[in-house]
Amino acid sequence: MNDSKRRTSGLESLPPVAGNGLLDRRALLSRGIAIAGATAAGASLTGAAAEPLKDDPWSGHQGSNVPELETRSRYEDKVKRILSNPNGEPRTQHARTPHHMLNGTITPNPLHFVIIHNGTPDIDPDKHRLVIHGLVKQPMVFTLDKLARYPMVTRTAFVECGGNSSPMFSNQPVQATLQHLHGLVSNAEWTGVLLSTLLEETGIDPKAKWFVAEGADTATLTRSIPMQKALDDAMIALYQNGERLMPGNGYPMRLLLPGFEGNMNVKFIRRIKLVDQPAMTYYEARNYSPIIPGGKAYKFYFHNEVKSFITHPSFGMSLKEPGYYEISGIAYSGTGRIDKVMVSADGGTSWAEAALQGPVNPKAFTRFHVPWRWSGGPAVLMSRAWDDSGNRQPLRQEFVAARGETLKPVTNTLGFYSQHYNSITSWGIDAKGEIKHVYA
Amino acid sequence: MSTPKKLSLAAVALLALTSSMALAADKNGLGESVGLGQPITENDIKAWDITVLPDGTNLPPGSGTASEGAKVYAEKGCVACHGEGGKGGRSAALVSDLKLEGAGIEAAKTIKNFWANSTTLFDYIRRAMPWPSPRTLSDNEVYALTAYILASNKLIGEGDTMDAKTLPQVKMPNRDNFIIKFPDKI
Repeated sequence: MNDSKRRTSGLESLPPVAGNGLLDRRALLSRGIAIAGATAAGASLTGAAAEPLKDDPWSGHQGSNVPELETRSRYEDKVKRILSNPNGEPRTQHARTPHHMLNGTITPNPLHFVIIHNGTPDIDPDKHRLVIHGLVKQPMVFTLDKLARYPMVTRTAFVECGGNSSPMFSNQPVQATLQHLHGLVSNAEWTGVLLSTLLEETGIDPKAKWFVAEGADTATLTRSIPMQKALDDAMIALYQNGERLMPGNGYPMRLLLPGFEGNMNVKFIRRIKLVDQPAMTYYEARNYSPIIPGGKAYKFYFHNEVKSFITHPSFGMSLKEPGYYEISGIAYSGTGRIDKVMVSADGGTSWAEAALQGPVNPKAFTRFHVPWRWSGGPAVLMSRAWDDSGNRQPLRQEFVAARGETLKPVTNTLGFYSQHYNSITSWGIDAKGEIKHVYA
Repeated sequence: MSTPKKLSLAAVALLALTSSMALAADKNGLGESVGLGQPITENDIKAWDITVLPDGTNLPPGSGTASEGAKVYAEKGCVACHGEGGKGGRSAALVSDLKLEGAGIEAAKTIKNFWANSTTLFDYIRRAMPWPSPRTLSDNEVYALTAYILASNKLIGEGDTMDAKTLPQVKMPNRDNFIIKFPDKI
């Protein structure tokens, strides 16, 4: 028996759990030794022998000096955000996260998505102030220095623009990478002071039902947030993945409202006013009130609802040869912890449960994996997530019935068409291994 | 009879609030406040406190009319982004008869066909306009621009004066067309 035959029989004995080659999520974990044994016996998985090894040029001399601030390998310079308004014309600027080029769950700080409406302010942290006033017992001002002495909490949370995935409202599938389709969400570890800690100091007048949060940016962006959230998990975040916030993400302090639409997580926060009614600011009056079929609109959408998408493989990649691949992606929910992700390779006819990479944090990215053996034939990959509050990611048909779709195909992936898409993303793979965005 | 009932409701509200505050204290594990905030008076917050509420709370003194607003619109360069007569340019139209009906979810949300509260207009102009130099307009200029846009959209009369009393009374046509998505979170 030759080596390639022995290996083939090893892979074929893995149990398929759903159509078109999906394998049990535990398969390779429990069979790791058997597979390793097969590989050690001889040639590579493709059957062709590897080249003999020799020293490469970079191994033969002293490398470069270690810099004070590390930057990425020059071979990774394509891993960048896409900008919607690179010349800073007088309108909103967007920078989208390249999810198809990342892995794990934490978005590196330079790649965290940004939306900003009138440029990033250059804030002197020593002069910045946060004031809390309105329906409180005693209005108070806090400096960054003083805030840094308060008890801190650290948590992982995604932040997602209320209009992320807007091109998915197109009546025809838009051919674009995940960065275009879902790039306005990122996930970071945030450290800061709970807003409830500061409100304890100012006191709360029982008439307060909302608070208005205002930024120190040029347009002093303002949003109204229910007091319920203030006393739950709202945070004044000072650190992002261990370092001070990036300027585009709100330096030196931002409001973090885990699971609530990005725009409400007011950056550069300078003022919190407790009030008895929502202010109906520009952004809640207009942009973040999605129109639904029939002409009515939702107001106060608040939550980014449960969602998932496959990052590997995805649009822009191609499968070079039949055989083993790992399907992996991101799932998250603004209403809880990811409970389950199901993956299909046959356009939703059959589904296999994905393995969830722990720890599975609430209101944070969870990465999922499914082992897959691609036969070389057509396949449609889909993922669907559930959270522990009993919410499930809607199928496209039911989502479109409730929320609508555009009348004409979307051609500008950087535009906004309604808000808050949390249905399924499907990747169609043809016999050449090319990947297209499809609706299934 | 109504007074004791009101009192007892207030007591319940206070109790509920006190228990949630106690919860907040537990989160910190301190059981007391840190006390590093610096007291400040509302008077010293005035320069920042420009949020207007839909019922008119915090609208400043002053007033303006549409004809005064047309002058401000020309003088302050609003036309550069919003076009002649507010009909739109590289930024959104301020004056439009576009309808929501029949346009699907892509419908242009205009001040006339979408915005629920007239106060939003005053608040946003005052805090964010003109784009290159926000918060440089006087309150009278903001009232005048608000009147100009409302009158051009035929939401008030040409001669109507907008001030702290009249502005909140302007009825916006789409105000009852909203559904609160998550009422249990409010």
